[in-house]
Amino acid sequence: MAHHTFTLPITDAQARSLHVNDTVTLEGTLFGVRDSNLIALFDRGRTTRFDLAGQAALHTAPNVKKVAPSARHPTGYAPVCVGTTTSARMERFTRPLMQLGVRLIIGKGGLGAPSAAAFAELGGAYLAVIGGTAALETTWIEAIEDVDLDDLNPESIWKFRVKGFGPLLVAMDSHGASLYEAIDREARGRRANVLARLGVK
Amino acid sequence: MRALKVLPPDIKEGFARLAAHETDATAKQVLGTMITNIRVAEDTANLLCQDTGIPIYNVVIGRGVEIAGTELKDAIRRGCERATREHSLRSSVVHPITRKNNQTSCGPGVPDIHFDFCDDERLVIEMIPKGSGSENNSWLKMAIPADGVDAIKTFVIDCVLDAGGKTCPPTIVGVGVGGSSDLCMALAKHAATRPLGTRCADPEGAALEESLTEAVNGLGVGPQGLGGDSTAFAVHVEIAATHITMNPVAVNMQCHSARRASATFTRSGVEYGF
Repeated sequence: MAHHTFTLPITDAQARSLHVNDTVTLEGTLFGVRDSNLIALFDRGRTTRFDLAGQAALHTAPNVKKVAPSARHPTGYAPVCVGTTTSARMERFTRPLMQLGVRLIIGKGGLGAPSAAAFAELGGAYLAVIGGTAALETTWIEAIEDVDLDDLNPESIWKFRVKGFGPLLVAMDSHGASLYEAIDREARGRRANVLARLGVK
Repeated sequence: MRALKVLPPDIKEGFARLAAHETDATAKQVLGTMITNIRVAEDTANLLCQDTGIPIYNVVIGRGVEIAGTELKDAIRRGCERATREHSLRSSVVHPITRKNNQTSCGPGVPDIHFDFCDDERLVIEMIPKGSGSENNSWLKMAIPADGVDAIKTFVIDCVLDAGGKTCPPTIVGVGVGGSSDLCMALAKHAATRPLGTRCADPEGAALEESLTEAVNGLGVGPQGLGGDSTAFAVHVEIAATHITMNPVAVNMQCHSARRASATFTRSGVEYGF
């Protein structure tokens, strides 16, 4: 149960050093991705100018405000509220994202077996944010540094500059462990007892 | 906008209650972070969650209240558009086939506006920004009478297991029992968005709420699906009569950011509440 502080991009060795129940704080940049921009990239043949090698992808669509471009808000967008969305919808995009170089996926609610296999083969991990705690998460975001595929707004690809982003819980690692899979298995193991106590025959 | 930034007192009390009884170390931490977030949102006047949901309005028209219905619907829609343009209601509403986003939070049939009536001389407008993480976990089963109440109980337990951490637990599990298919789903939504501490008016429904709340929290899904005792604040049940051949059960969940706000209009003015 170690704590790691990583400045992005990270190396493959750093990604593989993570184990479930470790915690991680991230510094540097994060890339916000989700449904629409992942569909655009992997189903519709669009490309991004961002280099994702060794990077972290955050499942999000932030609530932003248009402002005059400035040193603080170079893209003309100020982050209003940046939170994390349910990762399960993005399941089939884990492997192609990792093939573009992404090594860490940050989300809520967890990912399934295909993503676990991609983490093991390509060397990556899933970091859990506490979903629905966006006001707090926003305080970890310094600025929106850049934006790509902005015609999909709010589902653009966002490049965030972050400071002390975390602590995040390593919930899936490159060694085949997944807290979600373990908890799900245990909960389903209790199903018969719970139903019996409810008097279900 | 108040609905997006301040949680109702019953939900805050619900958090305190869960945190006091939680035995799992990770779950205690997760609940602690959620409670911190409630404070940060109030201190920074920021949104509790970036997902401002699909806008739902429940309008209750009292006796003696004279209102032009179509104008009221238009006014709600305009208010929703304005909240998106001028404030921080994220436009999360798209055309269901083209997926085009008009950046207004409105579209065909949205906002979702419901009308009901009451005997008091007042007009109540309740706004519920219903988060999509929990809304995406909604189920309906047209069970058969031969399967009885066991089918209802089993269905609820299986829905909670299937939802896992995807609904942002701890949740309010809303269960609709009876009615027609659409009524059953509406009952589940009403149950999921009812204040904590309220009970089903039907004694059989209330008994089911109690036993299912205990059962769901015995599964160990926990906050965010990371394990623990706090899977749900409560299971709420709403019932309607049904057909002799039918045994419908529906589940709709409300995430831990269980947001709602209301405005009550009377002769003496407007009162804002939850």
